Amino acid sequence: MRTPVPVEFQAQDTYHELEMTTIYSAKKIITMNPARPVVSHVAVRDGRILGAGTLSELVGFGEYSLDERFEDKILMPGLIEGHSHAVEGKWWRFVYCGFHDRMDPHGKIWSGLQTMDDVIARMQEKEKTLDDPTQALTGWAIDPIYYSDKKITRQMLDCISSTRPIGIIHASAHTMSVNTKALELSDFMRAGIEHVGVPLGDDGMPTGELKGPDVYFSVAQEAGFDGNMLEFDESGLIDFSRLCVRNGVTTATDLAAQLSDDIVDVGIRVTNETDFPVRIFSFRFHIGLTPQELIEQVKSLKLRSTDRFRLGKIKVIADGSIQGFTARLNWPGYYNGAPNGLWYIAPEQMLAIYEMALEAELQIHTHTNGDEATDLALDTLEAALKKHPSNNHRFTIQHGQLINAAQYRRMAKLDMCVNHFANHHFYWGDEHYRLTVGPERAERMNACRTALDNGIPLAIHSDAPITPLSPLFTAWCAVNRLTHSGRTQGEYEKITVEEALYAITIGAAYTLNIDDEVGSIEAGKQADFAVLHEDPTAVPAMQLKDIGVWGTIQGGRVFAASDI
Amino acid sequence: MQAVTPVTIIGGYLGCGKTTLVNHLLRNANGARLAVLVNDFGELPIDADLIEAQDGDVISLSGGCVCCSFGDDLSRSLKTLRALDSLPDHIFIEASGVALPGAIGNSLSLLRGYQLEGVVVLVDATSVQAASVQKYIGDTIDRQLNDADLLVLNKMDLLNDSQAIELRQWICEYYAHAPLVEAVYSKIDPAILLNIKTGRNSRDASNQADYTHDISSMYSSISLRMDQQVDVPILAERLSDKGCGLVRAKGFVMDYDNSIKTIQVVGRRWSVTNAPAGVETGLVCIATSSELTEEKLRSFCNIEVTKQDAAKLQCGYFD
Repeated sequence: MRTPVPVEFQAQDTYHELEMTTIYSAKKIITMNPARPVVSHVAVRDGRILGAGTLSELVGFGEYSLDERFEDKILMPGLIEGHSHAVEGKWWRFVYCGFHDRMDPHGKIWSGLQTMDDVIARMQEKEKTLDDPTQALTGWAIDPIYYSDKKITRQMLDCISSTRPIGIIHASAHTMSVNTKALELSDFMRAGIEHVGVPLGDDGMPTGELKGPDVYFSVAQEAGFDGNMLEFDESGLIDFSRLCVRNGVTTATDLAAQLSDDIVDVGIRVTNETDFPVRIFSFRFHIGLTPQELIEQVKSLKLRSTDRFRLGKIKVIADGSIQGFTARLNWPGYYNGAPNGLWYIAPEQMLAIYEMALEAELQIHTHTNGDEATDLALDTLEAALKKHPSNNHRFTIQHGQLINAAQYRRMAKLDMCVNHFANHHFYWGDEHYRLTVGPERAERMNACRTALDNGIPLAIHSDAPITPLSPLFTAWCAVNRLTHSGRTQGEYEKITVEEALYAITIGAAYTLNIDDEVGSIEAGKQADFAVLHEDPTAVPAMQLKDIGVWGTIQGGRVFAASDI
Repeated sequence: MQAVTPVTIIGGYLGCGKTTLVNHLLRNANGARLAVLVNDFGELPIDADLIEAQDGDVISLSGGCVCCSFGDDLSRSLKTLRALDSLPDHIFIEASGVALPGAIGNSLSLLRGYQLEGVVVLVDATSVQAASVQKYIGDTIDRQLNDADLLVLNKMDLLNDSQAIELRQWICEYYAHAPLVEAVYSKIDPAILLNIKTGRNSRDASNQADYTHDISSMYSSISLRMDQQVDVPILAERLSDKGCGLVRAKGFVMDYDNSIKTIQVVGRRWSVTNAPAGVETGLVCIATSSELTEEKLRSFCNIEVTKQDAAKLQCGYFD
């Protein structure tokens, strides 16, 4: 972060900085405005775009200073992450144990860990820095499907320490691996446990693998996951914003928040700092409230919304996840014959929430993974719209990983949007092919092509921290549809680079109902830009993910990744 | 020995009467301090006249009872309860309408200090058959009913005779695994779910419960002296056998090693734990049929009548 400006100078500085017109030149400015898709200059005043065009077109706005620092860079509209969780910033305090390289908020690339021994070694390294022998040691993002024996036992983690509790949450967030001490502290280290989520070893004791949040929550507390695992805190939110800048993101979502008064206070205060670089949309999720309470809370949250901490939208969670076998699937269900998944909401509750939200003009994003859950959301919206017609509701399906062509056709009729989990293909596509839904349906998961062909407004997402926050990587996933093993999965559902860039800019803006403010570079919009080292429309599609990000401009304020 | 708090899970689909049952239990707690965990503070989760104060996620109720909402994290809520001044005598978890109550019970088994006493699933007699074939929630309702240790067929007053007969047949055909009680406005004998006193005064205790006579007449309560040693798990299992005709049994019995054990039976679920010190042996059983006699019960469970028992019976001890 930049050094804060002393208060007495702040107003005056801001006044000069923002009232002045700055014209940025760049090697290329990709506007995402089809009427002038590429320009050489963009003029900015008061945090907003005066115009995009040639220098001679822009000088008509009057006195300006020409900023040529991006002469060799590419500008795009600031990228928009339409489904992430700000808690990722907090998780970086834990030890990164992922299989793939990943950049932390400070720009350090943590190398992916190729074997379980590498995981142990990295945890041991951190262990040496801890003085108190009882302090918890916590890791995240481990993915045992990549390791030959696929199981992580408590004994493996005991090699790191037997005196302190150790817990590592898996990449998918469905499972946690812990050591013996963590089991002891949470009273799990005993014979006679009978639970499908707690596998037992030959000795009759838990192996250390804990499946499902309802199982690992209580152990997680002992293993260093303090408080609410999905809730950001002050420094976590700042670290999350650093990740955004490093990935060209100027608008991001915090898609499943409880939004207690305390957390709203933190969110408003932190994002209001003059050097906070991102606009955050924090959605209130439905769990734990009646439909009436939810609507009332979100209505009052909407009134507290600020420019950089946007409130007043609802997240409804319909079902679970496909790899956790908790998603609700239509016939023929899971490929491996697992029983159908779970509802996280009753149809009557969903209908009540949809109806009241339409009446109160509140927008809803609904998490569905299975196609049966999507059917429910479509049926419910269709019914609710009969009662409260709306011509601009922008209800969005989040994930919608198994939406089929008939469902898209219906979604088009219902004016719905979709935000697909494109990254999922790369990380778990092989698992879906082999185990969860089988080849045919795995090939049409996150069917971006069919969505666009049916005219559905489209966004694509990372679900950070589940996969890394990086819209250019997400675009790469949607364009190439490669799985980790290197197979192209679902050739037909590929989209073009241009379409993917739309999905991470104006498409995502549309799903958040701010396409009038951001998502393209044109007169009147917010001066939100991603500053790139290379041109995503010029590099081979396979290199989209490798494009370097210099930083961002958000609301006219320049944020270099190197200073953040 | 660590104090173990009994936990009962109340499941069933939306509108089946779970909240009404919770209020009914709170009104008939008879001095027991109940803690009720609800998925959310729904519309009127607790009758207003029972509420004394609310502090965030915890509502204080009259008689030392409390109600907490647990949202999506039950274990945290149980921790909140542990942090209260005194532990509750009994915890009731009201599951959300789409939750699988058996899964909640399984998760609970992972936490030390709690004993799952039973999974009670309420059934809306007016709608369950239609709902069980509904596209989205049919299989959820099926799984909920299968999770039940005890089924409560609620809203029976809204059925006419032939509908009631048909529903009973339907339940018999598909969900014969669990004992069944019928109810109106969720009013079941509170002693089925609350921990009633056992031993000599047990009948008095259960009769004191504040519910109307027409409801109490649906149940018969049988108290058994248990002076002899028994194989406790075998007895408990026998008491939970549907053929026994009981919906509830609780009491203290002596094992062959002379230790006193607590037997808890709620529907088809039984548990045996070490009894607290100083209790007197005896069993209290509740049946929904008035035809169940002490004799039949003893015979089904192979409980001999000891000489002492017989002598006391002759003296009219139980009267």
